Amino acid sequence: MSAGDSALQFDSVARHYGDLRAVDEVSIAIPHGQFVALVGASGSGKSTLLKTANRLTIPDTGRVLIDGEDAASLPVSALRRRIGYVFQGIGLFPHMNVAENIAIGPRLAGERLSEARIAELLGLVELDPTMAARMPDALSGGQRQRVGVARALAGEPRLLLMDEPFGALDPITRDALGDRVRALHDDLGLTTIMVTHDMAEALLLADRVLVMDQGRIVADETPLALLEGAGGEIAQGLVAVPREQARRLAALPGSGPA
Amino acid sequence: MSGFWDTLFGLGDKLAAHVLLAASAIALGIAIALPLAVWASRSRAVARLALGFASLVQTIPALALLALFFPILLSLRAVFGDDLPTLGFLPALLALTLYALLPILRNAVTAQTNLDPEVLEAADGVGMSAWQRLRLVEAPLAAPFIMAGIRTAAVWTIGAATLSTTIGQPSLGDPIFAGLQTQNWVLVLAGCFASAALALTADLLLGLIERGFALRKRALWLGGMIAVLLGGGAAGLAQYAPWRGNADDRIVIGAKSFSEQYILSRLIGQRLEDAGYRVEYRDGLGSAVVHRAVTTGAIDISVDYTGTLWANELKREDNPGREAMYEAIVEWKERTSDARIFGRLGFENAYAFAMRSDRARALGVSSLTDLSGVAGRLTVGGDPEFFERPEWIAVRDIYGMRFAETRNFSPTFMYDALQSGEADVISAYTSDGRIAADRLTVLEDPEEALPSYDALIVLSPKASRDERLRAALEPLLGAIDVAEMRAANYAVDRTEDKRTPEQAATELADAIGL
Repeated sequence: MSAGDSALQFDSVARHYGDLRAVDEVSIAIPHGQFVALVGASGSGKSTLLKTANRLTIPDTGRVLIDGEDAASLPVSALRRRIGYVFQGIGLFPHMNVAENIAIGPRLAGERLSEARIAELLGLVELDPTMAARMPDALSGGQRQRVGVARALAGEPRLLLMDEPFGALDPITRDALGDRVRALHDDLGLTTIMVTHDMAEALLLADRVLVMDQGRIVADETPLALLEGAGGEIAQGLVAVPREQARRLAALPGSGPA
Repeated sequence: MSGFWDTLFGLGDKLAAHVLLAASAIALGIAIALPLAVWASRSRAVARLALGFASLVQTIPALALLALFFPILLSLRAVFGDDLPTLGFLPALLALTLYALLPILRNAVTAQTNLDPEVLEAADGVGMSAWQRLRLVEAPLAAPFIMAGIRTAAVWTIGAATLSTTIGQPSLGDPIFAGLQTQNWVLVLAGCFASAALALTADLLLGLIERGFALRKRALWLGGMIAVLLGGGAAGLAQYAPWRGNADDRIVIGAKSFSEQYILSRLIGQRLEDAGYRVEYRDGLGSAVVHRAVTTGAIDISVDYTGTLWANELKREDNPGREAMYEAIVEWKERTSDARIFGRLGFENAYAFAMRSDRARALGVSSLTDLSGVAGRLTVGGDPEFFERPEWIAVRDIYGMRFAETRNFSPTFMYDALQSGEADVISAYTSDGRIAADRLTVLEDPEEALPSYDALIVLSPKASRDERLRAALEPLLGAIDVAEMRAANYAVDRTEDKRTPEQAATELADAIGL
């Protein structure tokens, strides 16, 4: 696969913090339209790797290519404006209402979003258009992250980076929003990289699962292959957790086909 | 109470000067503190250094900080030339600006460090440049905290600005200092009232702006800002309006902070006004400041005393006698500067020892020699600095004076201590009105241990070249004897039927036949 075919390509990317190799010579290519889950334990380097894509982290060595272009060669604010970014902390601007939060990216580029476009973006994340005038502190956690997703999509990015996007949400909200994001990925033709430590979430949403450990990618498989036992010891250790949970749930009295 | 209101409404000029000074200092403080805070938010070292410096400044008493700028600016004349003002607005502005820095800086830095890191990550993530992040996110979120700092700075600065009187900048401190000295409580009260009202008003308006920022209500903060600007603008207009005339043809007369100085500066001023000069007074100047001010031309005329100049400026500790000391000072001034000693007024305001007449008679004391014989049974009172001064050391050593007890009193209460018997003998000033009023006995000094303190007029280089001015002041030389000066001082100092320094100066002029 040549660089031109990839939406995102990491080319020998490394990032050290003192002696710690947070990202250790990672090379991986992600084709257009793929939904990739980047899975690993805390401290495995998955967030650091993700953030080299929009240069919130600057790699020590190696290159990151976006649509074949070296990310380091682009003005950093322009680069970030064309990449959607959603993270666990959400980071809605507390002094701006929902509409202003959503419209901030285009506003930085000198563009005003119409009310209709705001309503459309709110619709994409299944929020009522009347939310537009609310302040962030008047929203629930799930609503806030929905606004966060709408903000990430406002600039019509083709690449969406998500760093533990649903980590702080309750399970029901988390499930619904995960499905919604997957549907948006398909409808809008996005390329999506989602960092998560939850293998079940990765298996259910992603086309491809990358497993990281100590700064390296130790497995690169489809969910199906992982379920069939591929990917090696570390990957299988992560897969074993939801599998065991599912088994125990199935074994509970009253569950399963009667 | 009508006197209070009249006095208060007569303070318009001082109020305008005060507002202008405080507002300039706060504005300059903001202009320095905000960029510094932004820089500090990007560098820990800068944050520590800036906050450390601002806290250090805060530990310097405001009075000392103001006084410090006189020598600093004086030495800066080597760089900026002799037109650099060393007294008045500039040093007051600089000192108060330093004073205003801390609360603004501390609140701005705290606000920045307390910004939610996730909000900042989001700002970067959506593609804000550093400037956009500052303008769109950091500044609006920090604004209410910064405004709170500015409020604190405003209240401090307005209060501290009253002290700028001591370095020759007109302010609401003028009535406070003058009133404290002459025990004119109406004047003190009016000054304090005006200053407090100003501080409360500023606090209220800045509070509106703060609330406007916090609640994100544009009408509130914009209205508050407009009111603040209008107030500052009105003060500026009152100070620098075209009809106020050119400052250059005004004669500035300085006075230290005691009644005699106020009276004599008015006496001189009244004569100059009669001669067609426009006169301005700089009251309450520090004793060390006033002589340098007249030498450098920051003020035009001052009244000083031979003993003061002898010890403080010539750094001499010997006592050559009254005439020789005066001649030496005149010669020294001509040799070292373009300023001149114009002449002596005729009386001395020297240190002396005074006793109640009945007590002196009973103990058989009329001179310091007599006193040394009975001192072992007596208590001596002096102002707080007296027992450190060379005058006391000379008297103690020459007469072998050993008192049973020494006590410190503020000058005002020394005489009361003498009346109540808490002190048997006090250090007094020979021209003090209370000597005559309390019929005290001033003890002779046969050994001339106490140096003379001849009152003299000092003219700045500019004033000393002005023949018309010299002619107008000529009649004052040798014209005031100590009894007349005592009477004038007492008229201002007494509690009943008080005179203002202006009235006392007019009466003094009548008494000496001018």
